[in-house]
Amino acid sequence: MGVLDNQFLQLQQLQDESNPDFVAEVVSLFFADSERLLNDLTRALDQPTIDFKMVDSHVHQLKGSSSSIGAERIKNACVAFRNFCEEQNIEGCMSCLQQVKQEYCLVKNKLETLFRMEQQIVAAGGSIPMMELSF
Amino acid sequence: MIGAEGASSSKKARISENPVSKNRPYFALVVDDDPMIRRIHSMILKSVGFKVEVAENGKEAVDLFRTGAKFHIVFIDMEMPVMDGIEATKAMRAMKVESKIVGVTSRNSETEREVFMQAGLDLCYTKPLTMAKIVPLLEELQKN
Repeated sequence: MGVLDNQFLQLQQLQDESNPDFVAEVVSLFFADSERLLNDLTRALDQPTIDFKMVDSHVHQLKGSSSSIGAERIKNACVAFRNFCEEQNIEGCMSCLQQVKQEYCLVKNKLETLFRMEQQIVAAGGSIPMMELSF
Repeated sequence: MIGAEGASSSKKARISENPVSKNRPYFALVVDDDPMIRRIHSMILKSVGFKVEVAENGKEAVDLFRTGAKFHIVFIDMEMPVMDGIEATKAMRAMKVESKIVGVTSRNSETEREVFMQAGLDLCYTKPLTMAKIVPLLEELQKN
Protein backbone atom coordinates (compact mmCIF):
# COMPACT_ATOMS: atom_id res chain seq x y z
CA MET A 1 0.00 0.00 0.00
CA GLY A 2 1.36 3.40 -0.95
CA VAL A 3 2.34 5.92 1.69
CA LEU A 4 0.58 8.69 -0.24
CA ASP A 5 -2.56 7.99 -2.23
CA ASN A 6 -4.43 9.67 -5.07
CA GLN A 7 -5.58 12.47 -2.78
CA PHE A 8 -2.01 13.82 -2.73
CA LEU A 9 -1.95 13.84 -6.52
CA GLN A 10 -5.18 15.86 -6.52
CA LEU A 11 -3.53 18.42 -4.25
CA GLN A 12 -0.56 18.67 -6.61
CA GLN A 13 -2.93 19.22 -9.52
CA LEU A 14 -4.48 22.19 -7.72
CA GLN A 15 -1.12 23.98 -7.61
CA ASP A 16 -0.52 26.48 -10.41
CA GLU A 17 1.35 29.72 -11.17
CA SER A 18 -0.98 31.82 -9.05
CA ASN A 19 -0.61 29.42 -6.10
CA PRO A 20 2.90 28.02 -6.57
CA ASP A 21 3.36 27.09 -2.90
CA PHE A 22 0.01 25.45 -2.29
CA VAL A 23 1.34 21.93 -1.74
CA ALA A 24 4.19 23.15 0.46
CA GLU A 25 1.71 25.17 2.56
CA VAL A 26 -0.63 22.25 3.01
CA VAL A 27 2.22 19.91 3.86
CA SER A 28 3.57 22.39 6.46
CA LEU A 29 0.12 22.60 8.03
CA PHE A 30 -0.07 18.82 8.04
CA PHE A 31 3.31 18.52 9.78
CA ALA A 32 2.31 21.11 12.41
CA ASP A 33 -1.10 19.49 13.01
CA SER A 34 0.33 15.98 13.24
CA GLU A 35 3.20 16.82 15.55
CA ARG A 36 0.89 18.65 17.91
CA LEU A 37 -1.58 15.75 17.91
CA LEU A 38 1.13 13.13 18.40
CA ASN A 39 2.46 15.09 21.40
CA ASP A 40 -1.06 15.41 22.80
CA LEU A 41 -1.62 11.68 22.33
CA THR A 42 1.67 10.77 24.03
CA ARG A 43 0.76 12.99 26.97
CA ALA A 44 -2.82 11.70 27.16
CA LEU A 45 -1.71 8.06 27.21
CA ASP A 46 0.88 8.83 29.87
CA GLN A 47 -1.71 9.91 32.45
CA PRO A 48 -2.42 7.73 35.52
CA THR A 49 -6.09 7.75 34.47
CA ILE A 50 -6.55 7.79 30.73
CA ASP A 51 -9.32 9.91 29.21
CA PHE A 52 -10.17 7.67 26.26
CA LYS A 53 -12.66 10.17 24.93
CA MET A 54 -9.92 12.75 24.60
CA VAL A 55 -7.53 10.22 23.06
CA ASP A 56 -10.24 9.28 20.55
CA SER A 57 -10.83 12.94 19.72
CA HIS A 58 -7.12 13.49 18.95
CA VAL A 59 -6.97 10.33 16.82
CA HIS A 60 -10.11 11.44 14.98
CA GLN A 61 -8.46 14.75 14.11
CA LEU A 62 -5.30 13.01 12.96
CA LYS A 63 -7.34 10.65 10.82
CA GLY A 64 -9.06 13.66 9.24
CA SER A 65 -5.91 15.54 8.35
CA SER A 66 -4.04 12.46 7.14
CA SER A 67 -6.85 11.53 4.77
CA SER A 68 -6.97 15.11 3.48
CA ILE A 69 -3.32 14.93 2.46
CA GLY A 70 -3.53 11.37 1.19
CA ALA A 71 -1.50 9.71 3.96
CA GLU A 72 -3.45 6.48 3.68
CA ARG A 73 -1.38 4.33 6.04
CA ILE A 74 -1.60 6.89 8.86
CA LYS A 75 -5.35 7.05 8.29
CA ASN A 76 -5.66 3.27 8.49
CA ALA A 77 -3.53 3.14 11.64
CA CYS A 78 -5.93 5.71 13.15
CA VAL A 79 -8.91 3.48 12.38
CA ALA A 80 -7.35 0.64 14.39
CA PHE A 81 -6.40 3.12 17.11
CA ARG A 82 -9.99 4.31 17.49
CA ASN A 83 -11.21 0.72 17.90
CA PHE A 84 -8.83 0.26 20.83
CA CYS A 85 -10.03 3.56 22.32
CA GLU A 86 -13.58 2.31 22.17
CA GLU A 87 -12.55 -0.88 23.98
CA GLN A 88 -10.50 1.21 26.43
CA ASN A 89 -7.61 -1.11 25.69
CA ILE A 90 -4.47 0.67 26.97
CA GLU A 91 -1.93 -1.73 25.46
CA GLY A 92 -3.68 -1.65 22.12
CA CYS A 93 -3.66 2.16 22.19
CA MET A 94 0.04 2.31 23.09
CA SER A 95 0.88 -0.07 20.27
CA CYS A 96 -1.19 1.97 17.84
CA LEU A 97 0.47 5.18 18.95
CA GLN A 98 3.85 3.68 18.05
CA GLN A 99 2.47 2.54 14.72
CA VAL A 100 1.06 5.98 13.93
CA LYS A 101 4.35 7.65 14.87
CA GLN A 102 6.26 5.28 12.58
CA GLU A 103 3.88 5.87 9.69
CA TYR A 104 4.10 9.61 10.25
CA CYS A 105 7.92 9.49 10.12
CA LEU A 106 7.71 7.59 6.85
CA VAL A 107 5.39 10.17 5.28
CA LYS A 108 7.44 13.08 6.61
CA ASN A 109 10.63 11.62 5.15
CA LYS A 110 9.02 10.93 1.78
CA LEU A 111 7.59 14.44 1.56
CA GLU A 112 10.83 16.10 2.63
CA THR A 113 12.74 14.05 0.06
CA LEU A 114 10.21 14.99 -2.60
CA PHE A 115 10.52 18.70 -1.89
CA ARG A 116 14.32 18.52 -1.80
CA MET A 117 14.32 16.76 -5.18
CA GLU A 118 11.91 19.30 -6.66
CA GLN A 119 14.03 22.21 -5.41
CA GLN A 120 17.14 20.63 -6.98
CA ILE A 121 15.39 20.12 -10.30
CA VAL A 122 14.09 23.68 -10.39
CA ALA A 123 17.48 25.08 -9.32
CA ALA A 124 19.11 23.20 -12.18
CA GLY A 125 16.72 24.87 -14.58
CA GLY A 126 14.31 22.00 -15.04
CA SER A 127 10.60 21.68 -14.42
CA ILE A 128 8.62 19.17 -12.43
CA PRO A 129 6.36 16.95 -14.51
CA MET A 130 3.01 16.12 -12.99
CA MET A 131 2.98 12.39 -12.46
CA GLU A 132 1.37 9.83 -10.29
CA LEU A 133 3.49 9.12 -7.25
CA SER A 134 3.73 5.66 -5.85
CA PHE A 135 5.76 5.36 -2.72
CA MET B 1 2.13 32.46 4.62
CA ILE B 2 0.72 33.95 1.47
CA GLY B 3 -2.37 32.54 -0.06
CA ALA B 4 -5.68 33.66 -1.40
CA GLU B 5 -7.37 31.92 1.50
CA GLY B 6 -5.29 33.83 4.03
CA ALA B 7 -6.11 37.14 2.35
CA SER B 8 -9.82 36.47 2.16
CA SER B 9 -10.12 35.35 5.77
CA SER B 10 -8.32 38.45 7.04
CA LYS B 11 -10.52 40.89 5.14
CA LYS B 12 -13.80 39.07 5.92
CA ALA B 13 -15.51 41.34 3.37
CA ARG B 14 -19.22 41.67 3.11
CA ILE B 15 -20.30 39.86 -0.04
CA SER B 16 -22.41 42.04 -2.31
CA GLU B 17 -25.97 40.81 -2.59
CA ASN B 18 -26.07 41.62 -6.27
CA PRO B 19 -22.72 40.93 -7.92
CA VAL B 20 -22.29 43.27 -10.85
CA SER B 21 -20.05 41.09 -13.01
CA LYS B 22 -21.41 39.80 -16.28
CA ASN B 23 -20.62 36.20 -15.60
CA ARG B 24 -22.08 35.98 -12.14
CA PRO B 25 -19.61 34.33 -9.80
CA TYR B 26 -20.74 31.78 -7.26
CA PHE B 27 -19.90 32.41 -3.63
CA ALA B 28 -18.96 29.64 -1.26
CA LEU B 29 -18.32 29.62 2.48
CA VAL B 30 -15.97 27.02 3.98
CA VAL B 31 -16.49 26.48 7.70
CA ASP B 32 -13.87 24.33 9.46
CA ASP B 33 -11.65 24.71 12.52
CA ASP B 34 -8.73 22.99 10.78
CA PRO B 35 -6.62 25.48 8.78
CA MET B 36 -5.36 22.68 6.54
CA ILE B 37 -8.90 21.71 5.57
CA ARG B 38 -9.87 25.36 5.03
CA ARG B 39 -6.87 25.75 2.70
CA ILE B 40 -7.51 22.57 0.74
CA HIS B 41 -11.26 23.05 0.40
CA SER B 42 -10.87 26.73 -0.56
CA MET B 43 -8.36 25.78 -3.23
CA ILE B 44 -10.55 23.07 -4.72
CA LEU B 45 -13.56 25.39 -4.82
CA LYS B 46 -11.57 28.26 -6.35
CA SER B 47 -10.19 25.93 -9.00
CA VAL B 48 -13.70 25.43 -10.38
CA GLY B 49 -14.56 29.12 -10.20
CA PHE B 50 -16.08 29.76 -6.79
CA LYS B 51 -15.28 32.91 -4.82
CA VAL B 52 -14.49 31.58 -1.34
CA GLU B 53 -14.74 32.97 2.17
CA VAL B 54 -13.75 30.98 5.24
CA ALA B 55 -14.90 30.75 8.84
CA GLU B 56 -13.17 28.94 11.69
CA ASN B 57 -16.26 27.79 13.53
CA GLY B 58 -20.04 27.80 13.43
CA LYS B 59 -20.39 31.09 15.26
CA GLU B 60 -18.21 32.92 12.73
CA ALA B 61 -20.33 31.49 9.94
CA VAL B 62 -23.60 32.54 11.57
CA ASP B 63 -22.17 36.02 12.27
CA LEU B 64 -21.25 36.40 8.59
CA PHE B 65 -24.86 35.77 7.61
CA ARG B 66 -26.05 38.12 10.37
CA THR B 67 -23.97 40.94 8.88
CA GLY B 68 -25.72 40.42 5.55
CA ALA B 69 -23.25 38.22 3.68
CA LYS B 70 -24.78 35.94 1.10
CA PHE B 71 -23.40 32.69 -0.24
CA HIS B 72 -24.71 30.28 -2.82
CA ILE B 73 -23.28 27.35 -0.95
CA VAL B 74 -21.84 26.59 2.49
CA PHE B 75 -19.50 23.69 3.25
CA ILE B 76 -19.58 23.07 6.98
CA ASP B 77 -17.67 20.70 9.24
CA MET B 78 -19.59 18.92 11.98
CA GLU B 79 -17.14 19.15 14.87
CA MET B 80 -15.86 22.62 15.71
CA PRO B 81 -15.23 24.54 18.91
CA VAL B 82 -17.39 27.52 20.04
CA MET B 83 -20.34 26.42 17.87
CA ASP B 84 -20.41 23.12 16.00
CA GLY B 85 -21.81 22.39 12.56
CA ILE B 86 -25.12 21.05 13.84
CA GLU B 87 -25.90 24.13 15.94
CA ALA B 88 -24.68 26.48 13.23
CA THR B 89 -26.82 24.79 10.57
CA LYS B 90 -29.90 25.02 12.81
CA ALA B 91 -29.15 28.70 13.45
CA MET B 92 -28.69 29.46 9.76
CA ARG B 93 -31.97 27.78 8.82
CA ALA B 94 -33.73 29.60 11.66
CA MET B 95 -32.42 32.83 10.09
CA LYS B 96 -34.00 31.67 6.83
CA VAL B 97 -30.64 31.25 5.09
CA GLU B 98 -31.45 29.86 1.66
CA SER B 99 -27.93 28.82 0.67
CA LYS B 100 -27.28 25.21 -0.12
CA ILE B 101 -25.66 23.84 3.05
CA VAL B 102 -23.40 20.83 2.59
CA GLY B 103 -22.11 19.02 5.66
CA VAL B 104 -18.53 17.79 5.42
CA THR B 105 -17.50 15.36 8.10
CA SER B 106 -15.02 12.62 8.87
CA ARG B 107 -17.63 10.92 11.03
CA ASN B 108 -18.81 7.66 9.50
CA SER B 109 -21.59 6.85 11.94
CA GLU B 110 -24.97 6.83 10.21
CA THR B 111 -26.65 8.14 13.36
CA GLU B 112 -24.34 11.13 13.63
CA ARG B 113 -24.74 11.97 9.95
CA GLU B 114 -28.50 11.70 10.29
CA VAL B 115 -28.48 14.13 13.22
CA PHE B 116 -26.40 16.51 11.10
CA MET B 117 -28.81 16.16 8.15
CA GLN B 118 -31.77 16.81 10.45
CA ALA B 119 -30.22 20.13 11.47
CA GLY B 120 -31.04 21.39 7.96
CA LEU B 121 -28.35 20.20 5.57
CA ASP B 122 -29.08 19.69 1.90
CA LEU B 123 -26.54 16.89 1.81
CA CYS B 124 -23.60 15.46 3.70
CA TYR B 125 -20.22 14.42 2.33
CA THR B 126 -17.30 12.59 3.92
CA LYS B 127 -14.04 14.55 4.11
CA PRO B 128 -12.13 15.47 2.11
CA LEU B 129 -13.96 17.34 -0.63
CA THR B 130 -12.88 16.33 -4.10
CA MET B 131 -13.57 17.57 -7.63
CA ALA B 132 -15.96 14.69 -8.15
CA LYS B 133 -18.06 15.92 -5.25
CA ILE B 134 -17.96 19.62 -6.11
CA VAL B 135 -18.47 19.75 -9.87
CA PRO B 136 -22.07 18.37 -9.76
CA LEU B 137 -22.92 20.99 -7.11
CA LEU B 138 -21.62 23.80 -9.31
CA GLU B 139 -23.51 22.42 -12.30
CA GLU B 140 -26.71 22.38 -10.26
CA LEU B 141 -26.19 26.00 -9.24
CA GLN B 142 -25.63 26.97 -12.87
CA LYS B 143 -28.83 25.24 -13.94
CA ASN B 144 -31.02 27.14 -11.48
